[in-house]
Amino acid sequence: MSVKLTIMDQMAEIAREHGKILAPLHDDLVLLDSGLDSLGFAVLVARLEDRLGVDPFTASEDAQFPLTFGDFVKVYENGLH
Amino acid sequence: MACTEALTLRQNIGGGSAERFFFDRNARARFSDLAAGTSLGGRLGELAGKSVLVATGSQLTSALALIELDGIARRITILPPDADPDHLEAIVAGADIDAVVLDRQSFESAAFDSCLRVSATAQITPAAPFAAPLAAPARETEWVMLTSGTTGVPKMVVHTLAGLSAAFRGRKSDDSIVWGTFYDIRRYGGLQIFLRAVLGGVSLVLSSAGEPIGDHLDRLGSHGVTHLLGTPTHWRRALMSPAIGKISPRYVRLSGEIADQAILDSLRNAFPQATVSHAYASTEAGVAFEVRDGLAGFPVEFVERHRDGVEMKVLQGSLRIRSPRTALRYIGGDAALADRDGFVDTGDMIELNGDRYVFAGRRGGIINIGGLKVHPEEVEAVINRHPQVRMSLVRPKANPITGSIVIADVVLKSANQNSPDAMRVVKGDILKLCRDALPRHKVPVAISFVPVLDVAATGKLVRHG
Repeated sequence: MSVKLTIMDQMAEIAREHGKILAPLHDDLVLLDSGLDSLGFAVLVARLEDRLGVDPFTASEDAQFPLTFGDFVKVYENGLH
Repeated sequence: MACTEALTLRQNIGGGSAERFFFDRNARARFSDLAAGTSLGGRLGELAGKSVLVATGSQLTSALALIELDGIARRITILPPDADPDHLEAIVAGADIDAVVLDRQSFESAAFDSCLRVSATAQITPAAPFAAPLAAPARETEWVMLTSGTTGVPKMVVHTLAGLSAAFRGRKSDDSIVWGTFYDIRRYGGLQIFLRAVLGGVSLVLSSAGEPIGDHLDRLGSHGVTHLLGTPTHWRRALMSPAIGKISPRYVRLSGEIADQAILDSLRNAFPQATVSHAYASTEAGVAFEVRDGLAGFPVEFVERHRDGVEMKVLQGSLRIRSPRTALRYIGGDAALADRDGFVDTGDMIELNGDRYVFAGRRGGIINIGGLKVHPEEVEAVINRHPQVRMSLVRPKANPITGSIVIADVVLKSANQNSPDAMRVVKGDILKLCRDALPRHKVPVAISFVPVLDVAATGKLVRHG
């Protein structure tokens, strides 16, 4: 599964577990408008570390948290290469 | 009156002609009008000498009621917005509450049945100031705050206005300051800002329940907030919003959780013109210190040297604080708030790293998830209900959003006989148990099956860090 699909998959699962409604995901979607809250993103980063083997935000001192879904995917894609 | 220190909140807002406001999402209130007005329908007199629970739904009505009640009520107990309705009866009984201030957003409770009920609004109507009977001086009101770190009924912590405001009393406020807060003013960190705004005569922009962060940032920007405060988790969330560009604070402050270097650096990058400061305070110990050098942790010399009357020491790895800002006592229970020498044990473990102390988490492994505390034992008790589980250990894992999250190591009774499929089923069942029994933030994000867990000679699980 591609990095992007893995992320989409996890976001959908977390939204379901947390009783949130996930917005349709597209690259320009602002993460805060996705339907997940802080705890949702905390869980997402932890799950992705489990699935992808990397937490790019903790790994790098100066990684800024991205604003959009597209940028979020890019951070993981870059983190894996 | 002998000195200004003895003035009540209301007596502090009378001076000057400046217009000072509280703003929330729906309303604004010119709190300077309370010098000759009321938000309690003129019923303040009925609350004189009473033990009053401020249980409004909105922060704005709480803020106005607190100004009126100080110096009039015998005791003010502030109900936090996330209070568990099941605890109300114990709170009302424990704090001898005989009156309650409510607004339209308050929840109803049978616990209020025997209390005098007074309605609060965000509207200030003109009224002659309530005058205490002749020869009865304004009383020193007890301020009672509820802690967030305990399981079961929260502890009730008694403060005085003098102690609560000791960290900033006497400092001149500059006219151009507008305070903003991500904290709720009904918790210690937020109450500090509320008092600072009222005593300093500056406006304050409050958060509103359920308001999207982007809208809140818009409001903070449109009111020209210069000084803005929140936890590291509040700030990480704000930095995720495109609306972060709407604010340009001169002063940014974090407290309530460990401020790591990454969040301090992110804030310095986002607001290059601002002073970025992190502070240490707790409901029991009060405000201890502020660090302005942009580095995580605090300099060694802060310890065992008096700073603004605050003394600190490290004993058995935890930070201890003695100062005029610490709370007086707990209401009820046998627990002492401070040791015989007056030091409060904060339960925050610190370690020496070069010439700085850094925070290493809570004693007893209490996990702080974006400001919400989790006792590992509570989660372990739920996991251990599963018939296949022999024992479990719940511990924190570092997280870039909430500081920490909860993970669990689990020892099964018959680990070797389980196929990978069977293990997956057990994992799913354990998670379901947790989701059914616990709030979201306490549900483990990951469960690992391990062959053994370390047990100390005391028979207790070994908890590291």
